[in-house]
Amino acid sequence: MSVISDFEQPNVTQSESRPLELPGPVGAVYNWLDDRLGIDAVIRPILVHPVPRSTNWFNVLGSATLTAFIFQVVTGVFLALVYVPAPNAAYQSLQWITDKSLFGHLIRGIHYWGASAMLLLIFAHTARVFLTGSYKYPRELNWLLGVGLLFSTILMGFTGQLLVWNQDSYWAIVVGAEQAARTPVIGPWLAQLLVAGQVVGGATLTHFFAIHVFIVPGLMFALIGGHLYLVIYQGISEWPEPSNIVDPKTYKQRYHELLEDGIPFFPDAMAKDALFALFAGVVVILLAVFFGGAPLGHKADPANYVTNPRPFWFLIWYFALLAEIPASVENIVIIGFPAVIMLWMLALPFYANKGERAPSKRPWAVGSVLIAALMTAVLCYEGYQSPWAPRFDANGNLLSVPTAVVSRLKGSQAKAGAQLFHSAGCIACHMVDNVGGIRGPALDDVFQQYSLPRFYQQVAAGGKGASYQYMPAFGTILDATKMAELAAFLKQVPRVERTVHNNALHAAKPARGPVAAGSTLTPLQRRVLNRCIAEGGAHLATCLIAGNRHP
Amino acid sequence: MPPIKGLFGDRISRELFLTGIIVGYGGIAGVVVGVPLVAYLLTPLFKPSPRLWRDVGAVSQFKIGTTTEVRYSDPSALRWAGTTSRAGAWLRRDSQSGFTAYSIYCTHLGCPVHWIQSTGLFLCPCHGSAFYSTGAVAAGPAELPLVKLPVRVRGGRVQIQTKPIPVIG
Ligand code: FES
Repeated sequence: MSVISDFEQPNVTQSESRPLELPGPVGAVYNWLDDRLGIDAVIRPILVHPVPRSTNWFNVLGSATLTAFIFQVVTGVFLALVYVPAPNAAYQSLQWITDKSLFGHLIRGIHYWGASAMLLLIFAHTARVFLTGSYKYPRELNWLLGVGLLFSTILMGFTGQLLVWNQDSYWAIVVGAEQAARTPVIGPWLAQLLVAGQVVGGATLTHFFAIHVFIVPGLMFALIGGHLYLVIYQGISEWPEPSNIVDPKTYKQRYHELLEDGIPFFPDAMAKDALFALFAGVVVILLAVFFGGAPLGHKADPANYVTNPRPFWFLIWYFALLAEIPASVENIVIIGFPAVIMLWMLALPFYANKGERAPSKRPWAVGSVLIAALMTAVLCYEGYQSPWAPRFDANGNLLSVPTAVVSRLKGSQAKAGAQLFHSAGCIACHMVDNVGGIRGPALDDVFQQYSLPRFYQQVAAGGKGASYQYMPAFGTILDATKMAELAAFLKQVPRVERTVHNNALHAAKPARGPVAAGSTLTPLQRRVLNRCIAEGGAHLATCLIAGNRHP
Repeated sequence: MPPIKGLFGDRISRELFLTGIIVGYGGIAGVVVGVPLVAYLLTPLFKPSPRLWRDVGAVSQFKIGTTTEVRYSDPSALRWAGTTSRAGAWLRRDSQSGFTAYSIYCTHLGCPVHWIQSTGLFLCPCHGSAFYSTGAVAAGPAELPLVKLPVRVRGGRVQIQTKPIPVIG
């Protein structure tokens, strides 16, 4: 009972710890319950324990995360009443919940938006605790429990997306397993354990279901229990003042003195918690009413390649990172990056548990949070744009050159070129008239910057530019006539005002001069190309084709 | 509490003895239950997917020089696997009797590559890798060529040998 007595002595004022004396039958019932539950002895002192007067609106994020968790548990249990965790029925059961059951649409919506809210809140709470140095003495262990909760929540988000069992789910599992497989030595085994086999199928979904509804939530209940116990035992951290340096020798003494002038947790501090949780809950419910649950999309089908898999929003930055880093550091980033973040979070309260807590005195802490937030925002934007991905129409077919452009073309050669721009897939990565992909530069004004031979050379040999700018060599795919048609077409495309972000044309470094070994061409193609470039001139394309025929 | 004789002649206190029993009993119970549980979890490691030949169609239904998607059922699929028991591959007829089959999984991180006949490239929707018709990398981030699946012709039918997801299997 040291927990209680700790708080009783300096903290709870006379009026608060006195037994409640209620009149009449209500009092009789209360006394009967109190005698059996220990309300006055244990429960009320915890509820009304004093917290520092400096607690404020930044202290509501943790309790709001807990509220979101409770929302998730309740709606999750109701979804589980109907959801069938078998691959041949999961998707259909969600369709049934969404379309046929009463309010199923709303319950899926709350679970979906509640998940987003919980993730946002726990990220914000973690950042707040870090920025105000609340993880320092004596709250180091509570930070560790919080780190466990943070990673559990991310795991819940990831596994939750998989249970929809649509195309995004299926490919997220495959991509996740391939990443796990990059772990040194045990990679392939990890991947097999993750998908519960060597292919994603019958056993995979039930594994993820059990992880999502039993294993991780069970762990989270335990972690939350410990987290709350420590919040009560060590008390809510006071708002940091630059002058107050944390020193394990004096901290507790000072904190207890602070509490003499504290305010009771219930109802004073809790009112803020309740108001904020109510606000967050209303936002979640409104989003659920108007937008419903996670889009169902297409049923998981490994044989259906017409798909554009993307992870749930909180992992999209990581998805973007994987597209933009050079292949040489990929393995290090895939395994090392999450590992470093986790190790740093686990080590933090041990190497930095003393000293300043105030953000104004900790520029490194503030700076790193700002930089992390900025990088995440930029990567999320990139992830949604996916400039590196070739663009197709909704059915997975190649886009067409806008008719407005085609109708203005003169001559059959240019018209054939427009057709080719579509069918040879140029448009998947290059725009004309604001239609097309953005992996490569828009080509409306290519001939203002490229000479004809330079153009042929680029098309024939491709080349690697910065980051994801990486053009295949079309020298063996398009013959001289076709390249000439493309050139004729692009010469007639009028220059347009860019409405979408455009990669500068000169950013792509072409295989200028001799094509180096190690490029994507076969040795034979490379020889032919080098000879033709050496001969040079406007006949590069003709030379290439002749060369391919008689190497 | 009078001390009692320990197992090896040491004198240990009653508290220590009882604590030892509790911890020891707990440990034994943990091992007895834990070993089968862990083994049960590791089942997938001991049950590799069988590699079987799957019929994907008659030779005559593929035109020479074209690449088409073929579908077959995965041999390791459980009865309740639904659509996920399907598997896809890209099959090209090179000549009268020559076929090449490519796994649908991108060698970067496994998204499904998409053959576009008119461009002569396989494209990946996730991070934009491209592969030539030979399977060689045409554009990153992938670094390895597409995985080939064994193909054979038996009695006028094309057959593909199934393979687990590359890297994982
Ligand atoms: S999975 Fe194909 S490019 Fe990343």
